[in-house]
Amino acid sequence: MSEQSIQSDTILSVRGITKKYGSVTVLSDVDLDVRHGEVLALLGENGAGKSTISSIIAGLVQPTTGTMTWMGEPHAPQSPADALSAGIGLIHQEMRLLPALSVAENVFVGRLPIRMGRVDRSGINRRAAEQLRRLGLDIAPTTLVRDLKVAAQQQVEIAKALTLNARLLIFDEPTAALGGEETLRLFERIEQLKAEGVSFIYISHRLDEIARIADRVAVLRDGQLVATHETAQLPVKTLVEEMVGRPLDRMFPDLDEAIGETLLEVEDITSASGAFKNVSFSVRQGEVLGIAGIVGAGRTELVRAIAGADPIAAGVVKIAGKPIRLSHPSDALDQGIVLVPEDRKAQGLILPQTIAENIAQTNYDQIAPKGWINPKAVDRFARVAIERFGVKGRAEQRVNELSGGNQQKVVIAKCISRNPRVVILDEPTRGIDVGARAAIYEVIAGLARQGMAVVVVSSDLDEVLGLAHRVMVLSRGINRGILDREKADRVAVMELATT
Amino acid sequence: MASLAGTKSGDTKATWKSYFSGGAVGPFLGLVALCIFLSFTSETFLTLRNFLNVMDQITVIGVMALGMTLVILLGGIDLSVGSVLALSGMVLGYLGNNLGWPFAVGIVVALVVSALCGAVSGLMITKLNMPAFIATLAMMSIARGIASIITDGQQIVGFPDWFSNLAIIRHFGLLSATVSVMIVLTIIFYVFLKYRPAGRALYAVGGNPEVARLAGIHVERATLLVYTTCALLSGLAGVILSARLDSAQPSSGIGYELDTIAAVVIGGASLAGGVGGIGGTVVGVLIIGFLRNGLNLLHVSPFVQQVIIGVVIALAVAADTFRARRR
Repeated sequence: MSEQSIQSDTILSVRGITKKYGSVTVLSDVDLDVRHGEVLALLGENGAGKSTISSIIAGLVQPTTGTMTWMGEPHAPQSPADALSAGIGLIHQEMRLLPALSVAENVFVGRLPIRMGRVDRSGINRRAAEQLRRLGLDIAPTTLVRDLKVAAQQQVEIAKALTLNARLLIFDEPTAALGGEETLRLFERIEQLKAEGVSFIYISHRLDEIARIADRVAVLRDGQLVATHETAQLPVKTLVEEMVGRPLDRMFPDLDEAIGETLLEVEDITSASGAFKNVSFSVRQGEVLGIAGIVGAGRTELVRAIAGADPIAAGVVKIAGKPIRLSHPSDALDQGIVLVPEDRKAQGLILPQTIAENIAQTNYDQIAPKGWINPKAVDRFARVAIERFGVKGRAEQRVNELSGGNQQKVVIAKCISRNPRVVILDEPTRGIDVGARAAIYEVIAGLARQGMAVVVVSSDLDEVLGLAHRVMVLSRGINRGILDREKADRVAVMELATT
Repeated sequence: MASLAGTKSGDTKATWKSYFSGGAVGPFLGLVALCIFLSFTSETFLTLRNFLNVMDQITVIGVMALGMTLVILLGGIDLSVGSVLALSGMVLGYLGNNLGWPFAVGIVVALVVSALCGAVSGLMITKLNMPAFIATLAMMSIARGIASIITDGQQIVGFPDWFSNLAIIRHFGLLSATVSVMIVLTIIFYVFLKYRPAGRALYAVGGNPEVARLAGIHVERATLLVYTTCALLSGLAGVILSARLDSAQPSSGIGYELDTIAAVVIGGASLAGGVGGIGGTVVGVLIIGFLRNGLNLLHVSPFVQQVIIGVVIALAVAADTFRARRR
């Protein structure tokens, strides 16, 4: 009986989906149901198959075997357009919008209505405005997408799916680029659309979000469905263990309490772009300073300035008591300050080049002290770094073949092989799966143990709280306070971050 | 053990490929096939005299292609090389013949003027944030204009014998001075790009300028120097061409930018930057050189030659794309 009601409730059922690329099986025999008006969270490490299954449902990829039923009909989309016209929309982690076109044009791209031989502009503007209102978005449909913030761009993607009467929206890491406030607003939209009967598949690495937004949880591991839960109110430990397939003792390594002399001093620095004002703090040898704050608080801008990447209008940065010049990243590198940047693909790595070349690039002063490069020395240097930071890959492998976690380790390896004095890591685990995160945390704690002064910027509060001796909270470009480890908890940090 | 063996085979592959870094193995095989084909179809092709002729013919493009390789590695483009070549020749001819300056001084001034053109292009690109295509398009017009202004469009004919002989006399029966200059420069640039940190830095800048900057590389300075170098080499090519033709004319070098870019691209460099190398460029220059020479020997009309060279460019790049896709 209850079987019957579940059946009628189910709008999408996936049966026995297997996907092979050559001899590699990325999905094997996956069954999945999505019910009317629910949020199904899809969890799993990177490479577990979450993106593949959603790509199959959304028509980007075709399965090797298996079937799908969508609202009672067989569903075998050959293209995203097929899936979209059936009412399934996929909203990517990275926006796929045309920046130079208006919001309305983006919403109707590929299916611009024609009236009397011309594009019906007033029509698309009117209909786009309707959807934007439905999403509670106060932007004109004629605004160019490039003038919108990331959060608003995401809403445009949603609006685009909604104009196609989407009944199922698949979100792939929707909050990766959003701040706390924007995340909340997104969740409100999801709740509202849910009430209107729209279903969601929600992929995220952030377990706290899952608990807040999801109705049910499915966990994938190594291409197989390992668990489905009828509730999202589950202990984090349970989910993490299901994802990684082994019990986790603890996520964060112990911090060494042996802290040395003050190494990095930042006095009253102000950004040339106005992103932060009069920020002061100091970090000692062996200490990890966390920097928390919502997106747009000026954290990235602050650490980029300290790394010489962006100009400083006023204030002083000192290393071991001596003021330093910071007009170019090379100045910071010369002083032993390295930045592991926020966006490893855009700022950290040259993707088509090999691991060895990426690691060598910042370290030729060590590899080739006389200015002549011996390719064997490059290889040797890279192998040592690969070993030291546990990169899973060969020196001659291209970095675009690596997983996110391994790419991040290459970035860290390339920066730390200089044996810096100050290490700044901006969002070190963004988009990295849970198992790989623990390894990165271990590396970070290890850097502090070796006596480096470490600064960690993260939007993941648990990460900042778990990793740092002290936490500085920025909000709207201003240092709102530095909390000691004992006093720093979620509430205290969020209070400061939202002032 | 297994991993050791795997590493070893990886190493050998890397070494073999690294001679033509930038995926020029395909073009190299194409060059070999071309030579084999031509040596069967033409009696004169496989003779030392013909080979030396080809070397003379490719000197100008060969020298320019070295600079263009650096520019393309950076992800840029330089459309002004042909115009700078003409300007260099005209400056040299004007100073030497019309003003009667010592010819050696004329050469130095011509090179300095050429380098300045590149520096101006580089400044437009780095300081004014102009796309390289536009900046060098502007320079293409400016340099060509100045070259014509110098003599009001007239050519300058008749240079000192010692100068013309640089391109004519084959020392030891083999290499003229100009061909030797090309070979020496090629070796220098090969070594620079492969074994000097500053050379490797160009790959980083071309691969991703922001990554390169954060790695401490002075991207603007590198860009400026590369465009200056490219123009300097174009100027040198202008001097070489003047010696070969024993004259200078404001209209020389028209279309050379396309030949030069074609040679670099046939050699496996990517216009997106970060991929390419001197090994590949040499292959590209030789393919164009041998192809022209072979088609002449086979009495193919110059018009048909143009078509064939266009097809070769398309094929070379398409083959590269196919290989990238298979990876």
